[in-house]
Amino acid sequence: MYGKKVKLRFLFLVLLLATVILTVFLILQSLKENVIYFQSPSEINSLIEIESKKIRVGGMVKEKSVVINSNEVNFIITDFKNEINVTYSGAVPNLFAEGKGVVAEGFLKDKNYFSATKILAKHDENYMPPEVKEALGVK
Amino acid sequence: MLANQIGYYSLILGLLFSFLLCTIAIQDFNKVNKKLNANIIILTFLQLTFVIVSFFSLILSFINSDFSNETVFNNSHTTKPLFYKISGTWGNHEGSLLLWLLVLTLFIFLFLLKSNSQPKKYRILTLLFQQIIIIGFFLFVLTTSNPFNYLFPIPKEGLGLNPILQDPALAIHPPILYLGYVGASIIFSASLAAVAQNYISKEWAQHIKKWVLISWIFLSLGIMLGSIWAYYELGWGGFWFWDPVENVSLMPWLSLTALLHCIAVLERRATLTSWVVVLSITTFTLSMCGTFLVRSGLLNSVHTFANDPARGIFILIFLFVLIILSLGIFFIFHKDNNGNQNNFFWLSRETSILINNWFMMYFLSVVLIGTVYPIFLDVISSEKISVGPPFYHKLIAPFLIPFLLFMALGPRLKWIKSKIEKKYSIFIIFIISIILTFFIIKNLTTNILFYTLLLSAAFFLFFTTLKELLTKKLNNSSQTIAHFGFSLLILSILFNGILSSEVITNMKIGEKFKFGKEEIFFKKIEERRESNFNSIVAFFEIKDLEGNVVELEPEIRVYNQPLMVTSEADIKTTLLEDKFIVMNLVKGNEYFNVRYQSKPFMVWIWISVFLLGLGGTIGLFKTRT
Repeated sequence: MYGKKVKLRFLFLVLLLATVILTVFLILQSLKENVIYFQSPSEINSLIEIESKKIRVGGMVKEKSVVINSNEVNFIITDFKNEINVTYSGAVPNLFAEGKGVVAEGFLKDKNYFSATKILAKHDENYMPPEVKEALGVK
Repeated sequence: MLANQIGYYSLILGLLFSFLLCTIAIQDFNKVNKKLNANIIILTFLQLTFVIVSFFSLILSFINSDFSNETVFNNSHTTKPLFYKISGTWGNHEGSLLLWLLVLTLFIFLFLLKSNSQPKKYRILTLLFQQIIIIGFFLFVLTTSNPFNYLFPIPKEGLGLNPILQDPALAIHPPILYLGYVGASIIFSASLAAVAQNYISKEWAQHIKKWVLISWIFLSLGIMLGSIWAYYELGWGGFWFWDPVENVSLMPWLSLTALLHCIAVLERRATLTSWVVVLSITTFTLSMCGTFLVRSGLLNSVHTFANDPARGIFILIFLFVLIILSLGIFFIFHKDNNGNQNNFFWLSRETSILINNWFMMYFLSVVLIGTVYPIFLDVISSEKISVGPPFYHKLIAPFLIPFLLFMALGPRLKWIKSKIEKKYSIFIIFIISIILTFFIIKNLTTNILFYTLLLSAAFFLFFTTLKELLTKKLNNSSQTIAHFGFSLLILSILFNGILSSEVITNMKIGEKFKFGKEEIFFKKIEERRESNFNSIVAFFEIKDLEGNVVELEPEIRVYNQPLMVTSEADIKTTLLEDKFIVMNLVKGNEYFNVRYQSKPFMVWIWISVFLLGLGGTIGLFKTRT
C-alpha cells in the first residue's frame, strides 16, 4: 500500500495535468476563432464559397489603379495571375504605393470585391512581407 | 581601419580569456582555501575590458563613418547626426550581439565583486555556467555575425540607418532592454550553481533577489521605451499591438515577475525551491528564444531585419544545449529538502502569491501559443495565419479580475497562516469600487457586466494600495508602490481603450472636417530641409465646441539615405488626454490621408510603468532586517 502522502501527491499531479490540458485546449479553441488567414488573389479566385470571416489579402498594388476621394481609397491587388478590387476608408501607410507590395485585412464581398478594414504598414522600401513574396512566387 | 582590427582581435582575446578562466576556475574549485583565487576576478575584469575595447572601437568606426567596416557601411551614413551614428552601433544585428556580450561579461564581473559573502564553490560554478553562455555568444558573434568584416574597395558612402530607428527612445531602448534580458543570464547561472551545490535557501534568496530586481526593472523600462516609440513613430496610435516581437519581450517579463514573487516566498519560508529554479531557467530560455525568434527571421514582424538561416540554426542549437544542460543539472542535483516545512495553509500570503503565479503562467502560455502557433502551422501545413489582438484580449482580460483581487488581498494576509479578521475597511473599499465603477461605466459601453467587474477589481487594488501608501509607515513601500503602479496601469489602459476615439479621412489643404464635437482644419503645409531628410510640415487646428483650439503639426519626412518616407505624428499631451495626429501622402494625389485620435489617460500608462520601476528600485536599496 502507498502512504497517504504519495496518494495526495498523485492526486495533485493528476489535477495539475488535467488543468494544463484543459487550459491548452481552451487556448487552442479560441485561437481557431481568432486567427486571420492569408490568401492571394488567385486563391480567392479558386474559392468555392465566400466566408464571412476576416482574412488578409496580399500582392502588388496594380499600376494606375489607385483612386482616391475624400473618404475612400480604391485600388486593385494583383498577383499577376488574378486581381481583386479593394475599397478602403482608413489610414494608408507611408509605403503604400502603386507597384509595391501590400497586405490588406478585411472581408470579402465576393470573388472580385474586398472591403479592407486595415492596410498593414511595413518597415522599409525593399521589404516585402513573406506571404506576399510567396503569393507572387518571388524567391 | 585600425579600430576595426583592434575590435576584432580584442574579441578573440576575450574568447581566449574565457577558456583560461574556466581552467583556473576548475582548478580552484577543489582547493581547500576558502577564498576565491584573486586572479579569477582580475581575469574577469580583463575579459570585460576586451569586450569594452571591442565595443568602443565599433562605436569609433561608426563615429568616423569608416566604411571599410561592413557593419558601418550597412547601417550608417555621413549625413546622419552624431547621436544616431552612435546609437546605430547597436541598432543592427552585429552590434546588438556585441552589446549582449558586453552586458554578459559586465554582469558576471559585478556578480563576482558583489558576492564575497557567498560560498566559494557556488561562486565558481556561477562563473562557469556564465562562461558557457559567454563562450556561446563569442562563437556566435565571431562565426556568423562578425561586426568587423572588412570591405574592399572601400565604399564612399554608407547605406544609412533605417529612418524609423533614428529616434531618441529607440536609441536607448536596446541597451535598457538587454540589461533586463541578459540580467536573466546571471539568475540562470546562479540558480544552476545553487542547485548543484544544494544551496537554494533563504540566504541564497536574499542574495539573488537584488539581481532579479535589477533585471526586472530594466526589462520593464525597456519594454516601455519600445512601446512609447511604437506609439509615436509607427503612426498607428496604439501602444501595444501584440506583435510577435513585443510578445517575445513580454514573456520573459511575465516569468521574471513570477520569479520575483517566488523569491520573496523563498526568502521568508524556504519553500517553492524547485519552482524558483524552474522559473529562473524559463526566464533565461525565453530571453534567448526572443533573440532566436527575432534574429532568425522566423517571425513575420515589423522588427524582422535580417534573414540569415545560419544565425537561426546556431542560436537554436545553442539554446537546446543550454536547456538540456540546465534540465540535466536540475534533475540530477536538485533535492527537495524542505519536506518538514512544506505545510501550506490555504489562507496565507504565500498561497495568494502562488495562485497569482499560476495566473501569470497562464498569461505566459496564452502569449506563447499566440506567438508560436502561426510559425508552427506554417511549418506543418504552410498555411499563413496571423493572430490578432482579440485572441489575447479574450483570453487574458477575464482572468485579470481574480488576479487583481489577489494582488490587493494577498499583501494584507500574513505569512504561514492567516485568519479572516474583521477588516471592515477592505470591505468598504470593495463596495466603493463597485459603485464608483458602475456609475462611470453605465453610459460608456455595452458590455456592462464584464467591464464593471474588471474595473472594480482594478479600482479595488488602486484604493487598497493607495490607502496603504497614505496611512502605513511605508514598511513595505516597494511592493505597495509597484502594486499601486500596476493598478494604475490597468485603469489607464482600460479607460484609454474604452474612451479613445479616432477619425480617418482624406483631406486637401484648406479643407475643414467636422465630426462629433470637434472640427479639424487643415491650414497649410510648409517644406523644410535637414541634413538627412526633407520634410513637409502640415498645420492642423482642432477646434472643440467651446472654441478651444489645439494646433498640431505632423510631418512627412523623406529621408535621403536610405530613400524612405516616414510620417512623424504630432502629439499634444495633457494629464487627461493625448491628441494625436498623423498624415500620409498618397502618391500623385492632392489628398492627404489624415488620422486623428484622442487618447485619454495615455500619459498615465507611462507614469504607471515608472511607478512599477520605482517600486522595484526601492526594493533594491532597502535591506530587510
